[in-house]
Amino acid sequence: MSAPDDGNGHGKVPAGIKLPIFMDNHSTTPVDPRVVEAMLPYFTTHFGNAASRNHVFGWTAEAAVENARSQVAALLGGDGKEIVFTSGATESDNLALKGAASFYRKQGNHLVTVETEHKAILDTCKRLQREGFEVTYLKPSKDGLVTPEQVAEAVTDKTIVVSVMLANNEIGVIQPIEAIGAAIKAKNPKVLFHTDAVQGAGKIPFDVEKARVDLVSLSAHKMYGPKGIGALWVRRKPRIRLDPMIDGGGHERGMRSGTLAVPMIVAFGKAAEIAKAEMADEAVRLRALRDRLYQGITSQLPEVYVNGSLEQRLPGNLNISFAFVEGESLLMALKDVAVSSGSACTSASLEPSYVLRALGAGDELAHSSIRFGIGRFNTEAEIDYVTDLVVRSVARLRSLSPLWEMYQEGIDINSIQWTPH
Amino acid sequence: MAYSNKVIEHYENPRNVGSFDKGEDDVGTGLVGAPACGDVMKLQIKVRDGVIEDARFKTFGCGSAIASSSLATEMIKGMTLDQAAEIKNTQIVQELNLPPVKIHCSVLAEDAIKAAIEDYKKKQTAKASDAA
Repeated sequence: MSAPDDGNGHGKVPAGIKLPIFMDNHSTTPVDPRVVEAMLPYFTTHFGNAASRNHVFGWTAEAAVENARSQVAALLGGDGKEIVFTSGATESDNLALKGAASFYRKQGNHLVTVETEHKAILDTCKRLQREGFEVTYLKPSKDGLVTPEQVAEAVTDKTIVVSVMLANNEIGVIQPIEAIGAAIKAKNPKVLFHTDAVQGAGKIPFDVEKARVDLVSLSAHKMYGPKGIGALWVRRKPRIRLDPMIDGGGHERGMRSGTLAVPMIVAFGKAAEIAKAEMADEAVRLRALRDRLYQGITSQLPEVYVNGSLEQRLPGNLNISFAFVEGESLLMALKDVAVSSGSACTSASLEPSYVLRALGAGDELAHSSIRFGIGRFNTEAEIDYVTDLVVRSVARLRSLSPLWEMYQEGIDINSIQWTPH
Repeated sequence: MAYSNKVIEHYENPRNVGSFDKGEDDVGTGLVGAPACGDVMKLQIKVRDGVIEDARFKTFGCGSAIASSSLATEMIKGMTLDQAAEIKNTQIVQELNLPPVKIHCSVLAEDAIKAAIEDYKKKQTAKASDAA
């Protein structure tokens, strides 16, 4: 019996490999079976409304929610009472920035953030600008990082909120959040510090006290929980106030009304608990897989560039550019492997990744980038399969590439008068 | 994005990949696009008695760009220069079932054909004036 062909005309799929392979764990993650098991009873047996105060169905639901709050908060070194459950991190980011900007408007009209933040932050900032707020967008250096001094320098006595993400969703770089927290509070103790910790929480150690943050956005589906549930951690000591975006029954300390999604919240709690317990071991394993992928590719292919700092990076992230090969054409060759590209052709806007452009590496490298997101359920055999497929595909596409031909002939591509179209 | 079967077929089995010596008198070379925009096409023609005898391409770009240039080389082989100059990008769009977002790939292929013809004609003019 022969193994099935990989469909790319390259050969056979090795034993132990099941296609397609999911290696896009920054976009989302599969729900851990332990998480599914924990949430299921809350659909049919313990289906009560956590706000029902007068019967056992409500009490059971409420107890489960309170337990989940503690589990989620424990991941950050915070208190369960400080968790506001939301529909996801986009809502959390919106609530953090709009809620704080609105409530503290009398204190100032200025926000500080970074060009490489998630669109949930950048688009929220744009809306606040339309409403009269001023926003400073910091440019990271070539490694994707901002410095504490750089952030503190942008803070004025009019600054209400500084928002810097813990780890980037495209290039996986980890910002020096603790040092930034210390630097901005030294400059202006009243300024609120928000971090979008969606990609970093549960992957790397993070503590709200050490980082001196006031607001933290989280999402369950990036940590092997379900989609549709997130949280905003809101500091209680000293108490941070937010104007709500959704009015209603006064749930979540009045900051986010709406009946709590009990099964989803239970799932989020369980996912956070597993992440906290297994983070250290998982990071070692993922880093080893990531390094194996990186070594395997770069030992066989020249002209491969890492986007952003390789050292200050999430263990499971590898974002690399294959010079002279366009990203979408490479994704086509990797059709049985789910990864992402910063190429313009993969975006609706036909613009290459704004994150990669902010690094100043040149648009051609953004067009040639691939993001590998290695996660809990990836195996070494999958890494080896993907390495081999990437190497063969890049070699084939380079044999089709006029830029590769010029490079090999020693022609400087930047010396040619190109006609942008 | 889902690709049409024809795009996939050309992407997996591209026709006429390669290069001619661009210094040869009977070769015309078109190089269009820009690396910063994510696509560059090099299309070459070999001409005898006003007829495109052979064609080659190399493309840096998405699957649709590779397929468009591969198809373009197939189309122009055997055509006179005037016939090839009349090829419209819409023929490529139709043949490959390109979605609206990929129409620029076909435009680039049309530009590449025209650029190759122009380059060939320039060479002939230069040769004629050298001889004169």
